[in-house]
Amino acid sequence: MSGKTRTELTAGGNLRDTLREFGLPRLIIAAFLLLMFIIAPFTGVNFWAQITNVINRFSWNAVLVLAMVPMVHSGCGLNFGLPVGIIAGLLGATLSIEFGFTGFASFVMAILIATPFALAFGMAYGWLLNKIKGGEMMIATYVGFSVVSFFCMMWLVLPYKKPDMAWGFEGTGLRTTFPVDKYYGGVLSNFLKIEIGKLVIPTGALLFFAFLAFLMWAFLHTKTGTAMTAVGSNPTFARAAGIHVDRIRMLSVVMSTWLAAIGILVYEQGFGFVQLYNAPFNMALPAVSAILIGGATANKASITNVVIGTILFQGIVTMTPTVMNGLINLDISEVLRMVVSNGMILYALTRKSEVSR
Amino acid sequence: MSNQAPLLEMKNIRKNFFGNQVLEDINLTMQKGEVLGLVGENGAGKSTLMKILFGMNEIQETGGYEGEILLNGEKVTFNSPFDALAHGIGMVHQEFSLIPGFTATENILLNREPQKKSVMSEIFGDRLNLINRKNMETQAQTAIDKMGMHIDRHMIINGMPVGHKQFTEIARELSKEQLQLLILDEPTAVLTEQEAQALLASIRIMSEHGIAVIFITHRLQEILDVCDTVVVMRDGVLVQNVPAAKTSIPEITRWMVGRNVSTSQSDGRPVPETETVMKIEHLWVDMPGETVRDVCLDVRQGEILGIGGLAGQGKLGIPNGIMGLYASGGSVTFEGESVPLNQPRNCLDRQLAFVSEDRRGVGLLLDESLEWNIAFPAMQIHDKFLKPMLGGLIKWRDEKAIEQVTQKYIDELQIRCTSPNQKAKELSGGNQQKVCLAKAFALEPKFLFVSEPTRGIDVGAKALVLKALQKFNRESGVTIVMISSELEELRQICDRIAIVSGGRIAGILPATEDSERFGELMISQVI
Amino acid sequence: MSRRSLSGRNAVRFFSSNSVPIMFILIIAVCVPIVGFSPAFLLNEIVTRFSRNAFLILSLLIPIMAGMGLNFGMTLGAMAAEIALIFTSDWQIWGIPGVVLAMIISIPISTVLGLLCGKILNAARGREMITSYIISFFMNGVYQLVVLYMMGSIIPIVHNNIKLPRGYGIRSSVDLTRIRKCLDNVLAVNIGGVRIPLLTVAIIVLMCLVIVWFRRTKLGQDMRAVGQDMEVARAAGINVERTRLISIVISTVLAGIGMVIYLQNMGDMATYSSHSQIGMFCIAALLVGGASVDRASIGNVFLGVILFHTMFILAPAAGAKITGNEVIGEYFRVFVSYGVITIALIMYETKKRREKAGMGELLAAAQREEEKKHA
Repeated sequence: MSGKTRTELTAGGNLRDTLREFGLPRLIIAAFLLLMFIIAPFTGVNFWAQITNVINRFSWNAVLVLAMVPMVHSGCGLNFGLPVGIIAGLLGATLSIEFGFTGFASFVMAILIATPFALAFGMAYGWLLNKIKGGEMMIATYVGFSVVSFFCMMWLVLPYKKPDMAWGFEGTGLRTTFPVDKYYGGVLSNFLKIEIGKLVIPTGALLFFAFLAFLMWAFLHTKTGTAMTAVGSNPTFARAAGIHVDRIRMLSVVMSTWLAAIGILVYEQGFGFVQLYNAPFNMALPAVSAILIGGATANKASITNVVIGTILFQGIVTMTPTVMNGLINLDISEVLRMVVSNGMILYALTRKSEVSR
Repeated sequence: MSNQAPLLEMKNIRKNFFGNQVLEDINLTMQKGEVLGLVGENGAGKSTLMKILFGMNEIQETGGYEGEILLNGEKVTFNSPFDALAHGIGMVHQEFSLIPGFTATENILLNREPQKKSVMSEIFGDRLNLINRKNMETQAQTAIDKMGMHIDRHMIINGMPVGHKQFTEIARELSKEQLQLLILDEPTAVLTEQEAQALLASIRIMSEHGIAVIFITHRLQEILDVCDTVVVMRDGVLVQNVPAAKTSIPEITRWMVGRNVSTSQSDGRPVPETETVMKIEHLWVDMPGETVRDVCLDVRQGEILGIGGLAGQGKLGIPNGIMGLYASGGSVTFEGESVPLNQPRNCLDRQLAFVSEDRRGVGLLLDESLEWNIAFPAMQIHDKFLKPMLGGLIKWRDEKAIEQVTQKYIDELQIRCTSPNQKAKELSGGNQQKVCLAKAFALEPKFLFVSEPTRGIDVGAKALVLKALQKFNRESGVTIVMISSELEELRQICDRIAIVSGGRIAGILPATEDSERFGELMISQVI
Repeated sequence: MSRRSLSGRNAVRFFSSNSVPIMFILIIAVCVPIVGFSPAFLLNEIVTRFSRNAFLILSLLIPIMAGMGLNFGMTLGAMAAEIALIFTSDWQIWGIPGVVLAMIISIPISTVLGLLCGKILNAARGREMITSYIISFFMNGVYQLVVLYMMGSIIPIVHNNIKLPRGYGIRSSVDLTRIRKCLDNVLAVNIGGVRIPLLTVAIIVLMCLVIVWFRRTKLGQDMRAVGQDMEVARAAGINVERTRLISIVISTVLAGIGMVIYLQNMGDMATYSSHSQIGMFCIAALLVGGASVDRASIGNVFLGVILFHTMFILAPAAGAKITGNEVIGEYFRVFVSYGVITIALIMYETKKRREKAGMGELLAAAQREEEKKHA
């Protein structure tokens, strides 16, 4: 369903329906975040610095969350196999640096190089998911893990030479983490950056996300996008209407994988580092829970869900630790992140209507 | 003997489903060891009656029933099948209720396994009792012997032929010592000729053991072969209750389909003598429960052809197979061109359309708006309701055109909804059916299959749907093939009616023909 | 002739249904000569790892029987065992009494966690595996909350040597030297340089016997029925939800006891990471033994634990020999673990689909035959 009709519906429906649709956990999370913002000034934490922090984290993560949308629409469920796309992105990043591109060019080249990998991986991954309809989520998780652990070996073996990335001594094998400030660090965030006192807005990164989100929104309004939504809503209906269900699902997986590849590059340009080896293991669950917090279900997700979800999720994980630290000198951010993100996924899994396919 | 209370008495049983009277004043008496054959068309009320007798939950959920049931002279009320089982009533359903990886023995005694106490079960409760395998085997064998059939009790269900699965179920009922009355719901439908004969023999043996049997089937010869009494139901009324020896197949058929009131015929136009528009030859369709075998059928340009027949005989398989929803083979020619099978898109491109009998599963996007439901196929097939952008590179959804077409059909078919944006799942069955029709009409087809268009919808909506179909046929000249279990409804709007029996076309008659003629065709090749 | 082709087909079926164990045997066969470990060393390692892990893997069997798939929630039992061991260490009860007490303390904690897990899984029917997987992550958060923040502040912890310097929370490593191998050393015998911990092995064998016995009880029969078809079992009057709940509770409790055995062998406990990978390695080992998502036997456990851990011992050394980099072997074994689970899951899903399609094919074939007859 298009964002437009959805908002019209909720606006038209009465308050209780809106609340029910919003869901109790989302309400609790939103209220909690609001509370954090209210308490923040009293704990000596700078309010605007906090806002900046949340906006920054949003700009790093939003594309990864957006990558969930196509597969949700086509009924492939939540993309627990996000690392497949992330690996493609990492290949793009490392190769672009290896080939010696710098600055903005290195970002563009990373995207260009990552694209064929993302398409190839996405096609293989989509082919597999078409073979095992109904068991997508669990298998996606483990396909993601297998690919990540396979590339753990590849990062060691592949003949990267660039001293910024590779281990100095033997000259083979990449480092676990390396900075990208010489390459594409901040190329989006610093573009048209707005600074008002302590408030810093990474305009370029936000615009880039807005651009991708617009493309996604537009795609969902085309003939093929409509077919994709219908496949997710009722695959038998779609088949009876002459749609090649497997082809549409494949397309959605490829899109999702490609967006994940772009997403990790955007994340890196903001974060400032490339993280290899085990890092991609932990990227899927936050993105999954962010879109669920945003109000998506297993076969319905809109751009609004992405935006709200990412703000809420990143808000919680950045605000809570600082506020808690200020209040009782206790850093429970890691624990909170685990409980909130996995709790949200559990909530969605145990609801029939939310994860029906 | 005669002054003893009868085994079962059902007195003045009435049942209505949401204001729809499906059973009216049913009275039925059965003696110990009696075999009663229950026949009637689909929807005659047989299964509802049996569900009441077996205490099925859906009866309570839909407001219970009126009247009383007496067992051995005592009034009983069953709140669940377990109550009925405790009173010695067993039922073998059409769908198997067996654990696939268990042996026959394990299934026969499922959850009634003989047990041995042990130290652990003294401490932790009865569920840690050991199962007494030896006793289990003897009990299972006894039940199998009681049935008078031979099945291997060590065999795993998965590896069994269908017939043996059926017999395992029967043996399970027989293994219950308190069993007095066994209900068999179309048990021979899945059996081979030989197995069916064996089953009839075992019914006789059960009867000799004093177990009463209610035998539901469409195969009338079997009824005459094995039953003491024949009970015929029609439209929720028990129309006949006679000793089997005193009746014949033609007579039973007449009772099954005969109507007291003759319904209004179609507008009385003569059967069109136009040329053939669709030629179906040697079609087979693998649709579970509705298998089609070797169907040959010619559909004439501009007519409304009805396809009728009993449930499970394959009438639904015909449109589902041709439209590519189930695997099929044979040849179909439309307007002189051959239509490749198993490709839904190809049929749609040739302007064939299909309104499925499975509204919720196939017919609708339940979670989407009416607009989407109505416009989607036309958008995907004929590129309607799309705005080309960037020189046709992008096909943008035209929300306005979609809203217009939806509003048009909402008015035309009187779909009751809050707005064109309402979700399909929020509509009533009748209105959902209208949406399905609108979806097909929006495709502007040349040829339309409509499958069970009035199933599960109320009388008012029914009339509207039928009228809309007739209007569509008359005004747009669209050829319609309508599949329905209700003969009367077919006779209302069709020109000709083909009857499917045993997966084959048993015959085609003008709609004006007597209902008895149709009834004879319906049971002619029943499997 | 026909018999030979039949046996040929049987051989193909044997290889395809046992492809994972066979693949592992091949990997091991290639690695052993490369690495060049002495047989005594290898055997010793295998026996140690067998006695360490077998009990944990046995805890996975019962949920599989009840049709709930691979219980990724066994991690919950491991967490219960760790909490129990933190307490016994704090109370300074060592040796066999310490181990037994830890097992006893772990049981109520595992039971509560198992009940919670089972309830959630009953609500997420048909998606048990992904749900139990997420539960293990979720409970890991709760575990950290308890152990890192509540222990020492709300929950009394006496001794400072297991507390973090800040005064609350448990150190990232708890020293279990004083219960190290205390079970393993009882009745240990030395046969040809291979040390066999007879008591631990006896406990494992006893557990196997219990499982065999359990399968023959009414509850075991009910679980098998529920595992194969919930609706049929329900129609026959079996309390499906309760049966499933019990299977998860049993699994969690057994995992807890298994984890105590595991940690007494290690003699050291990584407070925040010991449990996190244990589920994955146990499940991978079981699958390597030829089990599938819906079918697993004691034989699969034994074969799996031996093959998987042999690979575990060999991989780093083999990796070092081949590429000159020891880390690569470690990555390789992680990759293999994930890969095995992935393959098993894929095989399970495709089998499910093939069974559905197979029925249709059968029908179509019967029809074709009939058509031929008519033609």
